[in-house]
Amino acid sequence: MTDIPVPKTFFTPNILVRYSPLLILALSWEAASRLHLVSSLALPPLTDVAQAWVELLQSGELVSNGLSSLYRAGAGLALAIVVGGALGIFMASSRTVNAMLGPLVELFYPMPKSALIPVTALWLGFGDGSKILLIFLGCMLPVTIGAFNGARGSDQHLTWSARSMGAGRLRMTWDVVVPSALPELLNGIRTALALSFILLVSSELIVARQGFGYLIGYLGANGSYEAMFAVVLTVAFVGFLADRVYQALVKRALRWRE
Amino acid sequence: MSDPAQIIVEDVCHHYRPAVGREVLALESVSLQVREREFLALLGPSGCGKSTLLYLIGGFLPIKTGKILVDGKPVAGPGPDRGIVFQNFALFPWKTVRKNVLYGLERQPLRREERETRAQNFIDLVGLTGFEQSYPSQLSGGMKQRVAIARTLAIDPRMLLMDEPFGALDAQTRSLMQSELLAIWEKTRKTVIFVTHDVHEAVYLAERVAVMTARPGRIKTIVDTQFDKADPDVHRTKVFVEKVDEVWNLVRDEAIKALEKRPP
Repeated sequence: MTDIPVPKTFFTPNILVRYSPLLILALSWEAASRLHLVSSLALPPLTDVAQAWVELLQSGELVSNGLSSLYRAGAGLALAIVVGGALGIFMASSRTVNAMLGPLVELFYPMPKSALIPVTALWLGFGDGSKILLIFLGCMLPVTIGAFNGARGSDQHLTWSARSMGAGRLRMTWDVVVPSALPELLNGIRTALALSFILLVSSELIVARQGFGYLIGYLGANGSYEAMFAVVLTVAFVGFLADRVYQALVKRALRWRE
Repeated sequence: MSDPAQIIVEDVCHHYRPAVGREVLALESVSLQVREREFLALLGPSGCGKSTLLYLIGGFLPIKTGKILVDGKPVAGPGPDRGIVFQNFALFPWKTVRKNVLYGLERQPLRREERETRAQNFIDLVGLTGFEQSYPSQLSGGMKQRVAIARTLAIDPRMLLMDEPFGALDAQTRSLMQSELLAIWEKTRKTVIFVTHDVHEAVYLAERVAVMTARPGRIKTIVDTQFDKADPDVHRTKVFVEKVDEVWNLVRDEAIKALEKRPP
């Protein structure tokens, strides 16, 4: 293994440097509110928000609504990855399939998926089912397109090699086409991950009796703005964390490229 | 000469349609016989269809006109009886050296320990002991091609189809790999079809050199190039120089034609 030495810069940015803008933002937020530069109704002080957050946590509301949301996003995303990935690989494997399904994918890809919120509610009601279906439908196409582009770019000599070593078509697809598609597929999944949070919260805001989005809407409607901000920040943090964990997993899965 | 031919190519034509433009005739009624345990080079100018012919024998492209028999049976797709080595190595980049060599063995009814031993033996044979856990991206071109050769030899194919295997290597590595291949061939005595556009390489490695015409590719002549190649200075012997001259004269006209046919 050849390790290319990383050139040293003047200072290696440590955690403090990297997150200092965030700290400055938090301090300005607190100051703006405390010094009445903005109405504390529009922007309650961050310390009050933090206090509300602790109360939400202690009451168990944050956890129960959070788990409900994570379940919906996880299930919808998992379905989107499995079905969308398989569809993309399938489309790349046959010209006929591509000719048949390609226009359909192109038609639905640019459609704003939030328009489906009332539709899925009409079909499956206010519970988990409608959110899972919405997230599945909304997140599937980015995965499909990633899988399709990745699979199409797979080296023909690799597929031929696998076939000549005794692999059948299905085996070859799994052993060669899927790993070849992986970098682009994983990119598509990252887009889908971000989309799943957007769709989750917007659908819960509109039609739900549980979840992060529901909690934000409920607290806002009752004037508990500190608590509302606490949930908004929690959602932002969970999204950020999910992306970070995902990036770490991707790096591990694509180790062989270095 | 009395051996029955192992590979019989009869009157094979091949057309293909490029992304833009009219249909191209790549091969025109090609007939060729390759004997068992023979080392045959397919030599011709670039674009003459020599790789296409190899892919047809490998079963990677559909045979539309003519027929190809391998061990008496018509070719109907790729199979582990015909191992292939490509110019671009075609290693699985997400697999380590060891896993690459194991790949074909895992498709065979072997016990686990047996597979591991075989894989190790072939890694050792091509001189890559100690690199078992490396990924292809960490190896040089010559090492990658050694892995590809080990991977193909490990499944013990009856024939080796080699598609300009040393074309992407620097001159020193290429010459080293050539003598190693010859040593391996003498040990294993597999039938080899070796595609190249390098006259020296063809004369040095092969027992017979099939010279192909510029596109549409046909077999122009087959030159017997069997002589003693054990001499380390074989490249300077009279018989070698004369053979190279003879083959080069046959190829030169075709190379010029191929150049003239190239789009401006």
